[in-house]
Amino acid sequence: MDITRLIIVAVGGQGNLLSSKVLGEAACRLGVPVRMSEIHGMAQRGGVVESAMIFGDAQSTIISDGEADLFLAFEPLEALRALNRCNSKTIVITNTSKLPPFTAAIGKGTYPDIEIIKGLIQSKVGQLITLDANALAKEAGNELSVNMVLLGALIETNVLPITADSIHEAISETTKKAFVETNIKAVELGRSAVKQ
Amino acid sequence: MHKLLVDQPGATKFLLGNEAIARGAIEAGVAFTSTYPGTPSSEISLNFFQMSRESDLYFEYSTNEKVALEVAAAAANAGVRSMCVMKHVGVNVAADTLMTLAYVGVRGGLVILTADDPYMFSSQNEQDNRYYGKLSGLPILEPSSAEEAKEMMDYAFELSEQLQEPVLFRTTTRLNHSTAPVVLGEMKKRVTSGDFPKDPFNYVTVPAVSRKLHVKLLKNLEKAEALACESAYNFIKGSGGWGIICNGVSYNYVTDAVRDLNIADKVKVLRVGFSHPMPKTLIQSFIKDCEKVLVVEEGEPFMEEMVKAFAQEIQYTNPVKGKDPELFSRLFEFDPAMVRSNIAKYFGVSYDAKDLTDLSDIPELPQRPPTLCAGCSHRAVFYAVNQATEGAGTIRTTDIGCYTLGFLPPLSAGDFLICMGSSVSTGCGFSKTTDKKVISFIGDSTFFHSGIPGLVNAVFNNHDVNLIILDNQITAMTGHQPHPGVDMKGMNYNGFNQISIESVVKGLGVEHISVIKPYNVKKSIAAIKEAIAHKGVSVIIARQGCTLFEKSLKKHVGKPFYVSDKCKNHKNCLNDLGCPAFYVEEDKVRINAALCSGCGVCAQICPEHAILPLK
Repeated sequence: MDITRLIIVAVGGQGNLLSSKVLGEAACRLGVPVRMSEIHGMAQRGGVVESAMIFGDAQSTIISDGEADLFLAFEPLEALRALNRCNSKTIVITNTSKLPPFTAAIGKGTYPDIEIIKGLIQSKVGQLITLDANALAKEAGNELSVNMVLLGALIETNVLPITADSIHEAISETTKKAFVETNIKAVELGRSAVKQ
Repeated sequence: MHKLLVDQPGATKFLLGNEAIARGAIEAGVAFTSTYPGTPSSEISLNFFQMSRESDLYFEYSTNEKVALEVAAAAANAGVRSMCVMKHVGVNVAADTLMTLAYVGVRGGLVILTADDPYMFSSQNEQDNRYYGKLSGLPILEPSSAEEAKEMMDYAFELSEQLQEPVLFRTTTRLNHSTAPVVLGEMKKRVTSGDFPKDPFNYVTVPAVSRKLHVKLLKNLEKAEALACESAYNFIKGSGGWGIICNGVSYNYVTDAVRDLNIADKVKVLRVGFSHPMPKTLIQSFIKDCEKVLVVEEGEPFMEEMVKAFAQEIQYTNPVKGKDPELFSRLFEFDPAMVRSNIAKYFGVSYDAKDLTDLSDIPELPQRPPTLCAGCSHRAVFYAVNQATEGAGTIRTTDIGCYTLGFLPPLSAGDFLICMGSSVSTGCGFSKTTDKKVISFIGDSTFFHSGIPGLVNAVFNNHDVNLIILDNQITAMTGHQPHPGVDMKGMNYNGFNQISIESVVKGLGVEHISVIKPYNVKKSIAAIKEAIAHKGVSVIIARQGCTLFEKSLKKHVGKPFYVSDKCKNHKNCLNDLGCPAFYVEEDKVRINAALCSGCGVCAQICPEHAILPLK
C-alpha cells in the first residue's frame, strides 16, 4: 500500500494528541496500516506539540524534513515555523486563528501578519487550505473542539484512505460521552468548510 | 476494566509503546512493579498504578530509582516476577544496586526497563545505557517497535529466569512514544507471593562471597552470549554482498531505506535485539562474506566497536563503519532520510534526495518555549525571591522539575543544574567558595528523591545556604504522580502514609524554617528576606498545589482577573512575571480570561491596583 505521511503541529493544550488518536483508531478500524509518533513531554507547558502519522507499509514512526505529504497546523505561526517539514507538493491545512506566544506579548519578536503567513506558505507548497477552526468550533458548541474541526478538514482532502464514518465511530469510542455529539458536529463543520 | 487487563487474545488495539510494554509485562505474569517516574517511561508506570488499583498486581511509586530497584530485587529473590521502570538517568541513581545485584542475581524474573532519550526531548543528557549492560555484565534486550516490545517482554522474563539474572530492557523515546496496532496475547497467571530460602553464603556480599559470585556472573555471560547467537531477536533479513547491522528504531529506518533505494537484492540486514552480550559468532558469520559493513545505531558506537573487535579475530579486513564525520553522528536521534542518504553514500547507490524547501525568506519568528503555567505558584516564589534579593548578588542553584523552566527571563531563577537532588549540595560548594548568597530551589518530589542527603550535609557541615522547597504537593513535571509527601487519602487512595516535609527538615536540625503561601506576595518577600539574613542553613517551604493538577481535579478554580482602565501601562505585571495569560493589544496590557487561574499575584504587584477580579 502507498505510504502517506502526515505531520500535525499544535500548541500544547489545543488537543492535537486526541485528534491523532481518533485518526489512528479510525485507520485501525479500516485495517489501514498506521504508525504514529508524538513528543509530549512539554505538551501541557505551552510549547509546540508535534505528531507524525504514517499510513501504509512503512516501519518508521517519524518523518524527515521535507517529507510530509500532508501537513495540518492548529495555529498559523506554527504552520510557518514547521514549513521545513513540507515540500513543493505537500498539501497544507492551517487554522487561521492566532494564538500569539508569550514572547511576542513581551516584545521579543513580532507575530507576522496572517496574510504574509498565508502568502509564504502558499509559495512553497503544493496546496494551501485555510479555515478559522476556532470560529467553527464555537459554532459546533465547544471552543475546545478545534481539533475535531481540523480533523474534518483533513479527511475532506481525500488524501488519506480514511472515511468520515470511521472517524465518527472512532470519536464515539475514544472521546468523552458528553462531547461525542459536539465533536461529530465539529468534524462535519470542518469538512464542509473546505469542500470544493 | 483497565484496557490493558482485558482478556481478549487476538484483539488488535492501537497502543502507545509504553502501553504495549505494560501489557507485555502483564501477559508475562508480572506481579510486582516499582518505579520512580521519568519521561519517556512514565506511562508504563502510570498504567501499572491504574491496574494495581483493580487487580492483585503490586505497584509502587518508590522514593527514587535506587529504592525502586532494591524493592524489586528482593521481590524477585522471593521468586516473584518483578519489573522496575525508570528513565535512563534513573539508572545512574540505581547503579550502585545494579552492579552488585548482577553478582547476586535473582530467582524469579526481574526486568529493569531503561528508557533512553536520544536528542534529550525531556532529559539533561543523552547517555547510552547499553553500556550499563557491559558495565554490570547483564543481558540487554532492545525492541524496534511497540508490537515487538510487547512480545519481547515475555521473553525478557523467561531469559531472566533462565540465567537467574536481571535483564535490562532498553527503549528509546521514539519507541516509548510511538503508537501502533498491537495484537493482544494470553495473560499468564500472576504469582504474587513466594519465599526466600536463606543462603547467606550466596546472598550476603562480603568479599569472600562476592569473589565467588563474580565467577558465576562471568559464566553466566558466556551462557548469555550463546543464547544471543541463537536468539530469534537477532535475525537476518535479505541477502547480498553488503551488510548492515542495526538495532532499535534504527532498524525501522534501515528497512524503509532498503525499500526506497530498491537494494533488497544487494544488502543483508542483521537486526540485533539481544545486544548484550553481543552475539559474536553470529556477527562473525554475518560479516565474513560482506564486501563492506555499515553499523546503524543511535548514540554511542556500542555495536560498532564490538563488530570491529570481532572482525579482527577472524582477520576480516573489509571496511566496517558507523560513527564517522561523513556518516553517522553520536549526537541526537536519527531519522529516515538521514539513514537513507548515509546508506546510499556508503554503498554508492545513486538516488535523488528531495531538495529541501528554501526558507531563506521566512522572517525571524517569535519563539514559543515551554513555560510555567498561568497561575503556577513557582512563578510567584521566583518573583518574591527576585524582589527580596534585588541588588544583592545571588547564585541560584536549581533542580529537576517544572520549576527548572524558571531559569528563563524574566524570572531568571536558575544558574546551575546537574541532576536530581543537586541543588542543595552544589549550593553548599558555591557558598564556601564565593562571596555570594546562595539560594537553592528543589521540588517536593525531588526533595524526597535525593534532596535530603544534601540537606543533611548542609546542616552537618554548617553551610550557609537557603533552600526553598517548592511544595506543589505532587510530582508535576512527569504527569502528576504521587510522592511520599502527598495526601493520598485526600485523593481517595487508601493504604498510604504521608510524610511531612516540615518534620523532616526539623528533624535534621535546620535552625531557620518558615512556611509560605506563595500567592501572598508581601509575606513571601518578608519571609525570604528573613531566611536569607540567617547565617547558616535556612529552609523555606513554599506550599501551593499545582495549578494544572488542581484544575484537572476541578479543585480551586479562582475567578480570572482583568486589567481595568486604571492601568497606566507600567507593565510590571508583564515584564516581571512572564505569565502566559498576559498579552498586549494595541499597546494595552490584557489578560486572557480563559488562561488566567485567578492566583492574583499580578494584582498585588500592580502599582496602580488596576488588575481586578472579573465579577
